[in-house]
Amino acid sequence: MTKPDVVVTGIGATTPLGGDVASTWDAMLAGRSGVSKLTQEWADQLTVKIAAQLAVEPSEVIDRVRLRKLDRSEAVALIAAAEAWADAGLADAGLDKERLGVVVGSGIGGAQTLLAQDDILEASGARRVSPHTVPMLMPNGPAAFVGLEYGAQAGVHAPTSACATGAEAVAWGLDMIRSGRADVVIAGGTEAVIHPLPIAGFASMRAMSTRNDEPEKASRPWDKGRDGFVLGEGAGILILERADHAVARGARIYARLAGAGMTSDGYDIVQPHPEGTGAAKAITKALRDAGVDKADVVHVNAHATSTPVGDIAEIAALRSALGEHPVLTATKSMTGHLLGAAGALESIATILAIRDSVVPPTINLDDPDDALTMDVAAHKARPLQIAAALNNSFGFGGHNVALLFTRP
Amino acid sequence: MATREEVVTGLAEILEEVAGVNPDDVSEEKSFTEDLDVDSLSMVEVVVAAEEKFGAKIPDDEVQNLKTVGDAVSFIVANS
Repeated sequence: MTKPDVVVTGIGATTPLGGDVASTWDAMLAGRSGVSKLTQEWADQLTVKIAAQLAVEPSEVIDRVRLRKLDRSEAVALIAAAEAWADAGLADAGLDKERLGVVVGSGIGGAQTLLAQDDILEASGARRVSPHTVPMLMPNGPAAFVGLEYGAQAGVHAPTSACATGAEAVAWGLDMIRSGRADVVIAGGTEAVIHPLPIAGFASMRAMSTRNDEPEKASRPWDKGRDGFVLGEGAGILILERADHAVARGARIYARLAGAGMTSDGYDIVQPHPEGTGAAKAITKALRDAGVDKADVVHVNAHATSTPVGDIAEIAALRSALGEHPVLTATKSMTGHLLGAAGALESIATILAIRDSVVPPTINLDDPDDALTMDVAAHKARPLQIAAALNNSFGFGGHNVALLFTRP
Repeated sequence: MATREEVVTGLAEILEEVAGVNPDDVSEEKSFTEDLDVDSLSMVEVVVAAEEKFGAKIPDDEVQNLKTVGDAVSFIVANS
């Protein structure tokens, strides 16, 4: 059976670099950092006092009454979805809603709601707990609110695989269309957990950068001075569409989602396999699924989070699965790590790199790790004709997802 | 004890905060769900806030009888 072609016809995002795709992409190409000092009082007691916070607060976009019934992760998912939906020209497309699906995940979910309502429970008693608590904290909440907003009836799904979630959602969206369950899928990831508890948890694992005095230099993938990731927040949403459906309605096509590969390490709950074997297998699966030769993959938007072990394990995986030729970048150097939204946001960056023939920079790569044996677009964006590009995402739990995009 | 007018005004404040209802639209004959578009979860919030504001206990099985603002005003005036 031949697989139907799937294309990307819309993109939307709200990130630490901008409130939409255009401002985020401009900031990326300019090499701007979205990381800043946490000025909240609760940050005083933490060892980590920096994060990549949203450039545009949801309250500037969504009215107060609606916002008080949404977890922050749901609000940003709705904002990114609205942009993607409009961008794809779907508002007046007369779409059959029984053929519209949603796959939107989150790494952690409505933790801010859970913790805020627990504060109310402790301080004021059970009767004061908001009746909106459950739809705000349930992990499928962002997917469900997006599905409700656009009347999706082909199925609303919420995969979760920590920091691979956004990419996994895109992979499942591809699967929904290929298997004939939907014509159009709203796919992506969302995350909003800049709160003392998740930060304290990650900090206790020694997973986060404590370069508190130089926030803009804290996220430095592959640099010898890297000391952990910087937590970011936001959402990225893609409109995936069966190619003939997109062509029939005259939609603008950004890129083909040519293939996906998913594997699991079976190695450790948080450490990546040191040789990146599971990751390499995901990349090889994506190539095979796409029917693309590795020689044509000239660019990789790497997972590279700025942790000592993970960044180098990924290099090993890329070398074994692709060879040494691709030009890499790590946009987390600018956005911080959006956890469950990262794979979706970085898919958008990969697609725009193909469209604009340019690799966004990896900032802060001042003193490259000796194990970095591949070419990185360090400091400055680099012009490059890109026929095919890969986006990697890995998550705690040993999840590996590789997505392959090609020029339409 | 609060007058009917005071309770209407108080409920209007709560409805604005919880559900974004324009206070000018709140009057005794209005239905919470049909006229003021208050959903079932937000109605729970309105009840809890009204209990605090007026010192009246509104039992859960009484809430279904409070169709209009006037119904709620009568219950609150009689029970606070």
